[in-house]
Amino acid sequence: MTAAVAEAGAAPAVLKYRRRITPGKAIRETLFYIAVVIVVLIALFPFYWILRTALESNSQVAAGVGGKNGIIPGHLSGQAFVNVFTQQHFLTPLLNSIIVALATTVVTIIVASSAGYALARLNIRGAGAVLSFILLAGFFPVLAMIGPIFLILKSIGALDSIYPLIVVYLVYTLPISTWLLKNFFEQIPKDLEDAALTDGATRLQTLRKVVIPVAVPGVFTAAILAFILAWNDFAFAVSFLSTQSHFTAPLAITTFGQSGYQTFYNLIDSAVVIVSIPIALLVLFAQRRIVSGLTAGSFR
Amino acid sequence: MAAEVEKVTKGRPARAGRPAPHSSAREQADRRLGYSLVTPVIVLLLAITAFPLLYNLWNAFHFDNLSYGGLPHKWVGFSNFSTLFHASSGWVAALERTLVFTVVTIVFDIVVALAMALMMNRTFRGRGFLRAAILVPWAVPTVVSATLWKTMFDPRAGFVDYFLGAFHPAWASLSWLGASTSRSWVAIFVADSWKNIPFVAIILLAGLQVIPNEVYEAAKMDGATWWQSFRRITLPMLKPVISVALIFRTLQALLVFDVIYIMTGGGPGNSTETLSFLNYQTFIVNTDFGVGGAMSILLVIIALIVSAIYVRAFRPEATT
Repeated sequence: MTAAVAEAGAAPAVLKYRRRITPGKAIRETLFYIAVVIVVLIALFPFYWILRTALESNSQVAAGVGGKNGIIPGHLSGQAFVNVFTQQHFLTPLLNSIIVALATTVVTIIVASSAGYALARLNIRGAGAVLSFILLAGFFPVLAMIGPIFLILKSIGALDSIYPLIVVYLVYTLPISTWLLKNFFEQIPKDLEDAALTDGATRLQTLRKVVIPVAVPGVFTAAILAFILAWNDFAFAVSFLSTQSHFTAPLAITTFGQSGYQTFYNLIDSAVVIVSIPIALLVLFAQRRIVSGLTAGSFR
Repeated sequence: MAAEVEKVTKGRPARAGRPAPHSSAREQADRRLGYSLVTPVIVLLLAITAFPLLYNLWNAFHFDNLSYGGLPHKWVGFSNFSTLFHASSGWVAALERTLVFTVVTIVFDIVVALAMALMMNRTFRGRGFLRAAILVPWAVPTVVSATLWKTMFDPRAGFVDYFLGAFHPAWASLSWLGASTSRSWVAIFVADSWKNIPFVAIILLAGLQVIPNEVYEAAKMDGATWWQSFRRITLPMLKPVISVALIFRTLQALLVFDVIYIMTGGGPGNSTETLSFLNYQTFIVNTDFGVGGAMSILLVIIALIVSAIYVRAFRPEATT
């Protein structure tokens, strides 16, 4: 009897004890953290290498990696960052990209938030069909559109201009933004609006005074995603633009650094660093928003 | 057309019978407002997708090549399509390549992304940092990821050969891009997966986070091993999220263009040309809008078939 009690009392203690520091568990924990470090290294080490290459001088690049010029280069210089602006005139493509991405974002937000609100709240007929069509449009092969759009732009004399890009980039941004904002509007408590409506406010007044202030976070998320998607395009830019001064930043990068048989990776990579900075900052400051925006559509 | 059918079948007749004249007036006004709010998105998306599609359909059956601008755009029947299926056009070879790339990519990406999602699903110090770290490769432009890996695979500028050389001296100066077909594909595959796995991982993580912990605890009580609960609980409950990730990833891989253009330009020879790359070449380089139109029609059909297969396979009824 006493033995049984002792055993019963001891068993959980032993279990608890074991659970805390068995060698198996310690090894598993260590392996887990090693795996985490490996993933972080795979994600970020290439960026370090880009920065490292961008900070090399032309002669270091010509000499190649190895010897004194290893993981940490022998000496650093910011010359490539200067050259990319003075010799390659990278400022113009950067400004082009900023103009196009911002304009696309603004148009996307206006169009997608009105559509998202209507689809979420206004009981329109065929809302399901509209949503399916929007989703389908998001999957449409971009490279299948470039031919006809090329012909249209050519016939209206708008080829090699950045402004038509603002319209075609909507195919990237509108589907995800409309879905995201529709989901977002659905989550706003309906009572808020109903209260305003029964108080005699019109639908538009309610929108302006009640819905829009509450919707700011959702709109902000959609705007970040739209900006990233527009900023990242390459396919349309490479198809329609032909003059260096009309290039967007990603397209300009592909024209840098080649001189005879020598590729000046420091020049290319300094431009790569510059283009990545705004995106990296967005990710850093709006990580949660981006994640919630990306996953909002995936539970339908 | 489809919208029309939907309207007829789904227009909720129940509401029509409800009295309350005040609310129905409001609803009518709402609906009118709703249509005007929804119109811009439909018009814009139709203009960017449906209009090019119809234009392609027209071009696909006509001769239309800007290089021979003087020639009339006459009806040519299916000859643009039959051109594609000639071995010399390279379209069938590109289709095979693209399909192989797609299958390898999605299998690898989903498996790795699932492992990463399981990793991030644990609470541990530095989880937020890990999530931000993997989001950066996803968020940067494809031009950045492709140019970056082009640098990395350069024997003189990158770290790939630099580190491989530590294992075997002969590997210190392997040429990857533009020299060997198989190694070019490896480089493309690495660049593409590095950029796109994070997105899949984030979506799968979101799926993992909605599985209630009690389910796992109950399984543990019943003596289930980690593997058993992974196979019997995690995978089935993740099915809808996996389907979303699969659709996104498959279509991305099927339509891969930027990475190819930047890293290999379709070379060496034309051994890394994919369907989208051929589309670009035919439209923009060869300015052949007839054959390009035929290609585009087929590309759209392939994309539709793939989406339809997934939608069918993962229909909600089939998940239970």
